[in-house]
Amino acid sequence: MTATAAEAAAPHDFPLPKILTNPASTPPTLITQGAEGRLYKTTYLLPDIPCALKYRPPKPWRHPVLDQRLTKHRILSEARILSKCRRDGLRVPDVYALDEAAGWLMLEWVQGTPVRVNINQRLGSRTEGIEDDEELKDLMRRIGAAVGKMHSIGVIHGDLTTSNMMLKPPAQQQQTTDGATGLEGEIVIIDLGLASGGVHDEDRAVDLYVLERAFGSTHPRAECIFGEVLDAYRQSYKQAGVTLKKLEDVRMRGRKRSMLG
Amino acid sequence: MAVEIVQLEHVPSSYRIHLALFRNVKNAGFLHQQLLARNADFEYAFIDASTIVSRVHLLSAVFKAVNSSVNGTLRTPNVHSEIVVSLSSSSNIADAYRRFGVSPSTSDLFVVKVTFPSSATPEPPSADSISQHLTDNVEGDAVPATDETIRTITDVRTVRKSYKLNGLAWLDAIKDELLKRQEIERLILGGMALRGV
Repeated sequence: MTATAAEAAAPHDFPLPKILTNPASTPPTLITQGAEGRLYKTTYLLPDIPCALKYRPPKPWRHPVLDQRLTKHRILSEARILSKCRRDGLRVPDVYALDEAAGWLMLEWVQGTPVRVNINQRLGSRTEGIEDDEELKDLMRRIGAAVGKMHSIGVIHGDLTTSNMMLKPPAQQQQTTDGATGLEGEIVIIDLGLASGGVHDEDRAVDLYVLERAFGSTHPRAECIFGEVLDAYRQSYKQAGVTLKKLEDVRMRGRKRSMLG
Repeated sequence: MAVEIVQLEHVPSSYRIHLALFRNVKNAGFLHQQLLARNADFEYAFIDASTIVSRVHLLSAVFKAVNSSVNGTLRTPNVHSEIVVSLSSSSNIADAYRRFGVSPSTSDLFVVKVTFPSSATPEPPSADSISQHLTDNVEGDAVPATDETIRTITDVRTVRKSYKLNGLAWLDAIKDELLKRQEIERLILGGMALRGV
């Protein structure tokens, strides 16, 4: 599931997962629909704990046994990776609950907006002075540090984009405080549905390459400061230099190592 | 009244959740014995409160157990034993009872009672009768189950051991005790969600 789909989803016609048909203080809202599943905003345990529910509905075109196994596997694999990241001190959404047989995963609702939105708001219609924007460059460095941290604990994201990172504003910050740049806060990496454990420089380099390409097409005017991401990445763990070297190879040949597939 | 009725999100309306917290419990051995004897009058989840870090922690276990009960996927004899087992981050049932359940040395005790209409009891016991039964049988002081009270009861060292949260440098580096506890709670929820899977 990718969060790039229309954020303001139309009123849903989809049948709700069974768990969401039980009573709750506020009705669930469909946030986005991906190829594999749907993302709802709802509540966990109490009315004041918002949560995200990732639901992978049964796929009628698959054999039921295979479908069940794939769904279980994907839910568990995402939950395990999130839990591992959290234990190792990388900021990702908390896992609240899951039911792999029913196909859902309940996660912390991360406040804030996707980094993509913050960058675009900051850029506005500017075409000049972007390479001197220290606040924006600082955000780039926080992105690089977060990705580096993730790689250092042996996790490959698989779909790194500025839409799959949230910028969680500091808790006490008011909406319109003086001097607020809209770029403060903590980077929270989200949607690890395609993530895997990986310790090869190759996998890490491809992860960075995917981010680089996605960044270039999402924020072409800010491409000039993407180097900040890689600089911070270089500082973030010991093997980073080797990965960046590998990135140069990947750039030459593209994401796929073989010519197949 | 000793018990509080807790309304959880996404729980079928036929399910009622009752919660009580007793301090200075004198007869934990007796209560433990009733569970071992499978005394049907003592269908409760009796939890050693020192293993709990917050209401959300306990309620997460209740939610999991109720969800299993609704789906018919209980791993233990009933929803009450399932609550105790749901607290554990491992799939070892005996180990979960031992770590989180009441023991003769328990002095602070959480009691959870989940009721729902079944063929055996179409009319589940009322909150009043549950409250009365607990007042009659638990020798201890009923107190409101607030996070402030829970904080004073938690044995953080044992909790961290139970959930394998030792040796996390970033966690130890947090100076703010409240923040640290919040992070511990978060890690526990993840551990519980992934239990045995």
